[in-house]
Amino acid sequence: MPIEVLMPALSPTMEEGNLAKWLVKEGDTVSSGDVIAEIETDKATMEVEAVEEGKVGKLLVAEGTEGVKVNQPIAILLEDGEDDSALDAPASAPKQETAPAAEPTPAIDERPAMMVSNVSSASDPEIPDGTDMVPTTVRDALRDAMAEEMRRDETVFVMGEEVAEYQGAYKVTRNLLQEFGSKRVVDTPITEHGFAGLGVGAAFGGLKPIVEFMTFNFAMQAIDQIINSAAKTLYMSGGQMGSPMVFRGPNGAASRVAAQHSQDYSSWYAHVPGLKVIAPYDSADAKGLLKAAIRDPNPVIFLEHELMYGETFDVPDVEDWILPIGKAKIRREGSDVTIVAHSRMVGFALQAAETLASEGIEAEVIDLRTLRPLDTDTVIESVKKTNRIVCAEEGWGQHGVGAEIAARVVAEAFDYLDAPPVRVFQKDVPLPYAGILEKLSLPGPDDVVRAAKEVCYVNS
Amino acid sequence: MAAKKPVKRTTTTAAAPKKGPAAKVTKNDLMAYYRDMLLIRRFEEKAGQLYGMGLIAGFCHLYIGQEAVVVGVQAALEEGDQVITGYRDHGHMLVTGMDPNGVMAELTGREDGYSKGKGGSMHMFSREKQFFGGHGIVGAQVPIGTGLAFADVYKNNGKVCATYFGDGAANQGQVYESFNMAKLWSLPVIYIIENNQYAMGTSVKRASSETMLHRRGASFGIPGEEVDGMDVIAVREAAAKARKHCADGKGPFILEMKTYRYRGHSMSDPAKYRTREEVDDIRSHHDPIEGAKEKILKAKYATEDDLKKIDKEVKAIVAASAEFAKESPEPHPDELWTDVLVES
Repeated sequence: MPIEVLMPALSPTMEEGNLAKWLVKEGDTVSSGDVIAEIETDKATMEVEAVEEGKVGKLLVAEGTEGVKVNQPIAILLEDGEDDSALDAPASAPKQETAPAAEPTPAIDERPAMMVSNVSSASDPEIPDGTDMVPTTVRDALRDAMAEEMRRDETVFVMGEEVAEYQGAYKVTRNLLQEFGSKRVVDTPITEHGFAGLGVGAAFGGLKPIVEFMTFNFAMQAIDQIINSAAKTLYMSGGQMGSPMVFRGPNGAASRVAAQHSQDYSSWYAHVPGLKVIAPYDSADAKGLLKAAIRDPNPVIFLEHELMYGETFDVPDVEDWILPIGKAKIRREGSDVTIVAHSRMVGFALQAAETLASEGIEAEVIDLRTLRPLDTDTVIESVKKTNRIVCAEEGWGQHGVGAEIAARVVAEAFDYLDAPPVRVFQKDVPLPYAGILEKLSLPGPDDVVRAAKEVCYVNS
Repeated sequence: MAAKKPVKRTTTTAAAPKKGPAAKVTKNDLMAYYRDMLLIRRFEEKAGQLYGMGLIAGFCHLYIGQEAVVVGVQAALEEGDQVITGYRDHGHMLVTGMDPNGVMAELTGREDGYSKGKGGSMHMFSREKQFFGGHGIVGAQVPIGTGLAFADVYKNNGKVCATYFGDGAANQGQVYESFNMAKLWSLPVIYIIENNQYAMGTSVKRASSETMLHRRGASFGIPGEEVDGMDVIAVREAAAKARKHCADGKGPFILEMKTYRYRGHSMSDPAKYRTREEVDDIRSHHDPIEGAKEKILKAKYATEDDLKKIDKEVKAIVAASAEFAKESPEPHPDELWTDVLVES
């Protein structure tokens, strides 16, 4: 029976890729381990190896084809003794898998089409009429922000694991080494505590470091330097010297990487005076706020989201796109309920708002963008209008961002509330590996819809 | 129990200080070192007094006994070199030229302190004097000092960073993370281990599998030397050599200063982990200030009377700083809210 070779998933988050090149042709004999093709994703080019032996019967996808879905058959291998006539027969099961676990995760299946805002924020710079909007991935927006600031200021440099030669573990620093050289794009050993502290020293010494953590999970090794050295020195020196620097990297749950690699640190850092904490949603905010973070004279924690890196949003093509830190953005106007979210949850909140609208509930969606300082005013103003609030976050609920917002709303707008605030958050357990459990653990659009109905006293 | 004479002058290690040509010491040098060491000693004695009077609170770690280390190292540094250390930091501040008044007023938590009263004994800084703290977390200053040296290379300014830490901090993981990067990138950092024999109450022997701390850079290829930290000239010579090594682009250098603190770890430490005899032996036979005094008298650089004059002058500076620190007002309540963030 002929064997189908399927498009492999080369990372936990990959959904499709480009078949860049075939390294075999029809009629070739391959054995297990032979490289048969090159596949490009938005992060990297990877080689695909044959897992079984046989003769290449047919190449189903021509080289150069873009957007080949994971698990789509790309070639047919003939087993010993089979000839081309077998190609007409149905492919055998089990199908050949060329990479581990190509099954897409439920979390990804569920992901909504990315939603964008139609509402501008009063605090943002005005975009002149006729400005080109350039579709840009969040990944490239972050990269562009760093590149622009590095061009502008010689003292800005980026350091971290795999940021230079490897071009970034998630390719956020792609091409920076080529443009700025190894003095300013510094590969570090795997030594988070050490290089975070070294970054603080470099900041004391007059430089503006961007310290990349491969993920914020690993920054726990460095949290003493972030809190005790970076955040507190300005105060403890009576204002003489601080740490003008950015700690950035992906935060929150990735996909199917289990508890140690999936944690939302929003409330951890937002707890600490002396830090600024930013968690953007789309590409324009990622770019504008990262540029602002690099220029800020304080230590800034910049929380990105791995599952957002590959998403595309418009970025205005203006000179020096920079946004104010500490200002929330109303992503969608509505009169019935306020939904507050940040980072990836903003997309879920917008999706929930569409669902709610179809049922006659108009939700106002506020993207916090900055967690410290927290733009309470925008939230309170909205609650005064809607009289109801849902706080949605990806992290755990206890002592979380939503708890803080709920407390502030109750304290400052109690008389406006028609219902107690309701929070949406991750279940109070370490994030499990199994797809079905992971899905149960993380909040999604349905949870936001349910919460919004709860505060509106509408039965689900 | 600790060895009776922790400050051993002889050693069999390869990195032991070699008897080279006698160091060139001028009268002015030696007189200045004597004065600087004395200033630290008198300052610390006064701080101890003020602590006893309740004018200084919290943690207060005195440097008495270790004066030769900072004075000798500072003598080998050049203008613009950075200095960073842990929480036993009063001596380091005084030798970098920080004003005793400002340091003492910080100890008493007053408005005129270097940190406006918001840092205290363990957290003081002076960008002007290139003193970068004053760090309360054991070992945290080591990657930071390494980062200051990184900035020196980045700016190509020819400066080095003197990064001090104790025998206790020498067992912190981040020290070795720093060693690795410093050597990997040839950073101009002198790691000065002030081995005063006790990490709080735990002797080096009870805490360190390798007690020769100057060897701790071996697996990174960082050279190290053991130095008699009670001899200001030996310290200066070793530091000069280390500084040259760094400035020549050869990367970091480790100096293990064998020294001793006479007082407890902090003011609240009764120091039951060592004997009175051990302390007395060091004080009588290895005191850095007495050692310098002997050299001065022997070389006839000054008379006993001349030295008494210096003592008097130093005492007056210290007394004035104490007075200043008592008189300086408490911080205004508004200060609570300043310096959390730089307003941009």
